[in-house]
Amino acid sequence: MLLLALDTATPAVTVALHDGAAVIASSSQVDARRHGELLLPAVDRVLAEAGVKLDAVTGIVTGIGPGPYTGLRVGLMTADTFGLALGVPVHGLCTLDGLAYAADIEKGPFVVATDARRKEVYWAVYEDSRTRRTDPAVDRPADIAEQVAGLPAVGAGALLYPDTFPVAHEPEHVSAAALASLAAEKLAAGEELPEPRPLYLRRPDAQVPKNYKVVTPK
Amino acid sequence: MADEPLVLGIETSCDETGVGIVRGTTLLADAVASSVDEHARFGGVVPEVASRAHLEAMVPTIERALKDAGVSARDLDGIAVTAGPGLAGALLVGVSAAKAYAYALGKPLYGVNHLAAHICVDQLEHGPLPEPTMALLVSGGHSSLLLSSDITSDVRPLGATIDDAAGEAFDKIARVLNLGFPGGPVIDRYAKEGDPSAIAFPRGLTGPRDPAYDFSFSGLKTAVARWIEAKRAAGEEVPVRDVSASFQEAVVDVLTRKAVRACRDEGVDHLMIGGGVAANSRLRALAQERCEAAGIQLRVPRMKLCTDNGAMVAALGAEMVARNRTPSGWDLSADSSLPVTDPHVPGNHDHDHDHVHEVSKENLYS
Ligand SMILES: [Zn+2]
Repeated sequence: MLLLALDTATPAVTVALHDGAAVIASSSQVDARRHGELLLPAVDRVLAEAGVKLDAVTGIVTGIGPGPYTGLRVGLMTADTFGLALGVPVHGLCTLDGLAYAADIEKGPFVVATDARRKEVYWAVYEDSRTRRTDPAVDRPADIAEQVAGLPAVGAGALLYPDTFPVAHEPEHVSAAALASLAAEKLAAGEELPEPRPLYLRRPDAQVPKNYKVVTPK
Repeated sequence: MADEPLVLGIETSCDETGVGIVRGTTLLADAVASSVDEHARFGGVVPEVASRAHLEAMVPTIERALKDAGVSARDLDGIAVTAGPGLAGALLVGVSAAKAYAYALGKPLYGVNHLAAHICVDQLEHGPLPEPTMALLVSGGHSSLLLSSDITSDVRPLGATIDDAAGEAFDKIARVLNLGFPGGPVIDRYAKEGDPSAIAFPRGLTGPRDPAYDFSFSGLKTAVARWIEAKRAAGEEVPVRDVSASFQEAVVDVLTRKAVRACRDEGVDHLMIGGGVAANSRLRALAQERCEAAGIQLRVPRMKLCTDNGAMVAALGAEMVARNRTPSGWDLSADSSLPVTDPHVPGNHDHDHDHVHEVSKENLYS
């Protein structure tokens, strides 16, 4: 097994290679505005570091968010197209699950929260690092304060809003290394991974115009 | 000819997911998935809706294009993609796909200019572009007069709209007339049964002191809307056919007049018209008439090649390969305001401090 994992759903552009036993190479850069530019050179670097060619990869794993859409799509589109060109399966994994896995908490519950911008967070509650209790959601921190009261939390969304998440720790962003390890574990256990489809959680901002604007001066 | 470059082109600058395949100047496939129906109820293209649709449609559209062309991805000589101008988020989906595809297949990548591609597509219809070529590009996003002596390296803007694009004016007037979105085709249809001289609508920027090659459609749009509103306020029926014909005539009169004048002034004997508005039947007819009178050869590709598509991107990519232009780097980014003077975005190979685009050949899928 040789898994190429990538995620662009948070400000991190992160890539990792996993050979079924361990992560053999990885790269993470934090730059929320340059996902498109950074991802492919990072893939190239990780492959070079591991000394393998892309055609040796047996599967692709991509974070499916939730995350700010423009960046999120870079990873998904790249994964999809690699899958098409190489003829290998493309798997999705919830980005929050990757963060929960990296948090390495054996006994929860705890919260994973990432920055959804517009003063909101993407979040979910976990039993432990491998078990999600709630569906990923997007909310204002103040609106979920009661539901997460007393729970420790990880992720940039938690670190950003200490009023709602007083006990917040690292990791701040997801790493592809964690996603790859989680995927390798699940695949080895014969689990189905989710389809590589984006978790947007919000509708596109668009308003149906009621009427055209009258131009005749009143 | 088998030794002409075989190139796949990807276009996602607006609401069409286009994947085209060409061999030199021969069109092999032109697969397009459009999200226009999803935008109709919003009365215009919604960028986020378009970006989501591109992500969904990309892989199936690439597969369809390869099947239509009857070629294997392995045989491609390059992958071209619209790097800009266009909607930033939409462009980024296409650029991401093109980069991953080119990298995985071990093919050179060419990030190209959407406007130059609109011009170059005519090679698929009428053979190699005359050099120089004058081009009038008119769509919902652009209205420009461009002069090119080499479509891979030299595109000079002579004029452009200073406010709305021509296609936008069609959409807005269609909305005022309650004809739906997009406005171009429906106005064209009504105009056929109307009198183009029924109402004297203004011709923007045609005064003696106005810039010779720039366009303005905002004043026209307001004038038409006011005229309609006045009719309605007076309780009279709006003559939709005459309004459509007279409005359309005002647009195409200015477009063709300025394009022919630019040809004359620059001593160019070929005019190509591209972009979605080139599908307008009156624009085609009037351009033909005026070009003939001026001794100018008019080249307008078939309608499907005028609207946004992947074949135009492939056509320009093939020309880049044929003329040995420097491919783009793997750090190519989408540039929503890529200047028209940049027909493509070459990689930067001579910056020693930046190894980002130095890709080790061994990692390429070979
Ligand atoms: Zn266009």
